[in-house]
Amino acid sequence: MALDVMIVDDSAAIRKILHRVLVQAEVPLGQVHEACDGKDALEKLKSAKVGLILSDINMPNMDGIELLNRLKTDENFKSVPIVMVTTEGSQAKVLQALELGAAGYVRKPFTAEQIQEKLAGII
Amino acid sequence: MSGTISPEDIIATVTQATEDLFSTMLNLPLEKLEPHTATSEPPGTDGVVALVGIGGSWTGSGRIACDKQAACKLAGALLMSSYPEVDEEVLDAMAEVANMIIGNVKTNFETQLGPLGLSVPTVVFGRNYHTRSAGVQNWMVIPFRTGEDHIEIRFCLMPSQTSQSRIERLRPQVVA
Repeated sequence: MALDVMIVDDSAAIRKILHRVLVQAEVPLGQVHEACDGKDALEKLKSAKVGLILSDINMPNMDGIELLNRLKTDENFKSVPIVMVTTEGSQAKVLQALELGAAGYVRKPFTAEQIQEKLAGII
Repeated sequence: MSGTISPEDIIATVTQATEDLFSTMLNLPLEKLEPHTATSEPPGTDGVVALVGIGGSWTGSGRIACDKQAACKLAGALLMSSYPEVDEEVLDAMAEVANMIIGNVKTNFETQLGPLGLSVPTVVFGRNYHTRSAGVQNWMVIPFRTGEDHIEIRFCLMPSQTSQSRIERLRPQVVA
């Protein structure tokens, strides 16, 4: 069954790289949605149903922690795995994300293998 | 939390963050050249400069500069594509390169200095322009070579005087 994915990052370069990594990982990929921040993601999720979200933490307008918090307290999205892919490496932020229900955390810069390994344990 | 950061700490941390990026996402050779300090802003520049600010109990700035050919090569390596000229994707890639290098330097220093914040990157592309970071007196300059191309990373970090106005002053300024 095809997996629809949302990639949330304010960098178009990172969105493009993650899209490519998902294709390389031979994930049974359906539609890939992109959002440039948490606010944009919430807006697009009103009409898009996804089975996986990859999200940055540090973004303008609404950061990844707030997005995670909103989605994990929403009945429609709380079971969707959310993996944080971010430069943010502070212990406090990582712990906060995991406590809020993030399915995993990958620090930038990353290799395709690191993303694939993380996803293998989730999907 | 308080601590001190030596020039050697900066050189080692910036070098490590740059090597990590080149070995994981760029797959390009990287050779570190001789680091030095600079008390003045760089002279008029052609090419691409990406700037990221750091705020918190310590404030500072990171600046990554290279010519347009090098920027196209870095973007091409990051995005697995080919860029004959600097375009939006090259500028976005350079912003992300700066974000990943300076972001990881920031994270590394947080263990000694406490929580620090990172600005969104600013990228400048043009000919014969000057950048100026107000209040910065000493830059650590860490140059690298990748193939035939040169990349220069400048970094400064100093204890904050805690006023918001000081953080505002550290925002990169561009003088045409």
